[in-house]
Amino acid sequence: MAEKVLMKGNEALAEAALRAGCRFFFGYPITPQTELAAYMSKRMPKVGGTYLQAESEIAAINMVYGAAAAGARVMTSSSSPGISLKGEGISYMAGADLPGVIINVQRGGPGLGGIQPSQADYWQATRALGHGDFRVVVYAPSTVQEMADYVYTAFDVADKYRTPVMILADGMLGQMMEPVVMPEPRDEQIEKPWATTGHKHQRAHNVVNSLYLTADELERLNIERYERYATIEREEQRAETFLVDDADIVVVAFGASARVARSAVVAAREKGVKAGLIRPITLWPFPTDAIEAVVPTAQAFLSVEMNMGQMVDDVRLTVAGRRPVEFFGRTGGVIPTPVEVLVKLEDMNETIAKGGE
Amino acid sequence: MSCNLNIVLAGFGGQGVLFAGKLIAYAGLIEDREVSWLPSYGPEMRGGTANCSVCLSDDPIGSPLVLAPNALVAMNQPSLDKFEHSVAEGGVVVADSTLILNIPEIPGVKMCAIPATALAEEAGFKKLANIIMAGKLYAETHFCEEETLWKAMEKCVPASKAAMLEMNKKALQIGMNA
Amino acid sequence: MAEKETKVVFERPHALLPVVTNYCPGCSHGIVNRLVAECLDELDVEGDAIGVAPVGCSVMAYDFFGCDMIEAAHGRAPAVATAVKRVHPDGVVFAYQGDGDLASIGMAETIHAATRGEHITVIFINNAIYGMTGGQMAPTSLPNQVTQTSPYGRDTAQAGFPIRVCELLSSLDGVAYLERVTVDSPRNVRKAKKAIKKAFKNQIDGVGYSLVEVVATCPTNWGLTPQDSFEWMRTNMLPYYPLGVYKDVVADGFVNAAEAAAARAADCPIANPAPQTEGSAQ
Repeated sequence: MAEKVLMKGNEALAEAALRAGCRFFFGYPITPQTELAAYMSKRMPKVGGTYLQAESEIAAINMVYGAAAAGARVMTSSSSPGISLKGEGISYMAGADLPGVIINVQRGGPGLGGIQPSQADYWQATRALGHGDFRVVVYAPSTVQEMADYVYTAFDVADKYRTPVMILADGMLGQMMEPVVMPEPRDEQIEKPWATTGHKHQRAHNVVNSLYLTADELERLNIERYERYATIEREEQRAETFLVDDADIVVVAFGASARVARSAVVAAREKGVKAGLIRPITLWPFPTDAIEAVVPTAQAFLSVEMNMGQMVDDVRLTVAGRRPVEFFGRTGGVIPTPVEVLVKLEDMNETIAKGGE
Repeated sequence: MSCNLNIVLAGFGGQGVLFAGKLIAYAGLIEDREVSWLPSYGPEMRGGTANCSVCLSDDPIGSPLVLAPNALVAMNQPSLDKFEHSVAEGGVVVADSTLILNIPEIPGVKMCAIPATALAEEAGFKKLANIIMAGKLYAETHFCEEETLWKAMEKCVPASKAAMLEMNKKALQIGMNA
Repeated sequence: MAEKETKVVFERPHALLPVVTNYCPGCSHGIVNRLVAECLDELDVEGDAIGVAPVGCSVMAYDFFGCDMIEAAHGRAPAVATAVKRVHPDGVVFAYQGDGDLASIGMAETIHAATRGEHITVIFINNAIYGMTGGQMAPTSLPNQVTQTSPYGRDTAQAGFPIRVCELLSSLDGVAYLERVTVDSPRNVRKAKKAIKKAFKNQIDGVGYSLVEVVATCPTNWGLTPQDSFEWMRTNMLPYYPLGVYKDVVADGFVNAAEAAAARAADCPIANPAPQTEGSAQ
């Protein structure tokens, strides 16, 4: 087995991307993801890859578009305000069916916001990374180990479905160090016969494009793409469950806030409150199957987030009015504490007990 | 030997609190425990105050942000003032008495004041007050096996800097004896 | 019947697909598309070529050129082309951009691709107007020029001055070759082709970033016949945008842009470190 090392989340993302065969990185400095770019700038030249500091996040994502079109495994990273700028390019990638990995190490917003950890880009990531009808696969790691594991997976998923994939992390996960075992390096990659590599007079010319001036044709392509999305929704949902089998209250939390929620669930159990945790690892596709499975036994749901309440929408859409769904969150870069979540769980437990009398 | 420890190390930027935290985290790694190390980040690292949270545990670590430390290493007055009230009952505070003039009594908390900066200067390596503080923290909490501690130091200082490693080890010993 | 050898005197370039373009009658794009294709044929690089056409009248050039093609977001062709060239260093990568695209929304990408000295070829069509969206003021619209969004003429006190792209880029060290041409006469078409070919040749030879600005017309949005458009262009545009070579590092006696840049910064020690003697400490 590979050696366990201590690594920052940002560095783990970079190293695992290299090990997944990523040889092109285009970025622009922004706190709190800068260690990732710095790591890439150090390592890429040593492995025959390209690190390029673009003139802006807009240029960086369009470089990702170009490298993806040219058939390469490519990645960019930024933090919340920079991701907004990348929206244009992500939409074009989706429209041209280009694979690529985009990292968002979130910070508080809106506007320039702050630089402390946040999950306030949930809606952006799962609903509106750019204009038009499209989805992006979104992974939400909650440990440094998962930062490495899911960026590694992300490249395969991106290539398999020809779609951009986002890793939605946050400043806490990016900055913290934890023990991590790196995945094995590999370079076998799938064939990309559609890529614009120069046709060498061996085939018809390839075109990478997202422009369709005929409404019927654009509709047909969007419907085809949504068929692919339906496959992703069936096959790629990921979630971790913890103590949910007999839980009265199921907490739903992802990423950094899931760590806090887990501590709160453990504390709640010690106080006799039957709490459990579902931790979505994919935010899109949202793990509806995992939530659906506990609706019959749960009395209530609680979404815990580092924002004003965003993922709670998806929990409510899944639970569909069959159980009450509540929200607890801190915003602006404040990390909720297990004690705060515990208080909320105890309140809810009391309500349930009263209702049961 | 293992106990769950939530540590805050705080000081001015440049005093090496992040590095001292890393040393403790490496000790946890070597003993295959659950470990997290979280720095404060942003403008404060440029000359202002710096701090980091380190957790050593036998269970998965929830929030790596330590709000109620059972060990505080404070290397300047503002850091002690900021964190002294958050220390959990039964906890320990290691304070650098060379730089901290006002060291309060905190009920239920063991206060260990050592003149780390003066000790470092006396020994001829004034940049290593942080390691002396870490040595004192070790003496108070035994956060790992002693053998592990030396190994952790070897992990933190690259082998190419042998002289540096020796100085760090000496600083650690000074702290452990202080 | 007497044996008579047939000789092809005119044909469609191979790199131009046998399709009807969407350009307006009298538009200069058709001529320039053809010149690019002829150059790809003559340099025998169609199979290695990857073209990038962003938003503008030439947005559908991916349907016209026979080489691999990428459609890019408005203004972003230099960024896209940068990455394509980095992935395929032996490929022949070109961006084909209009004035709004290159000098307005994409100015940052233009400047930075140029200053990085990307080994790409940029064909820049300057017709002083936004053609595709129906004739709005462009960054290169002339003072007092009437457009849909400057109905009283471009008021420089309010809308500022036109950008001379070749002059602007000529200060950048990454640039190897800049020439401004036009295609209003057979003689000028031949000169334009020579420039475009050189811009491709520079890329193949590793000389550096090359851009050819073609001063062009837009009969439809100017509201003039093709002939009158060329006359208007000669009268008004050429004095503002003089034809000629604005930078050519090879003509200046350098092997490539990097060498020219080093010479220009000869007095700056950090830019020109002394060569390491063998075995010396790093």
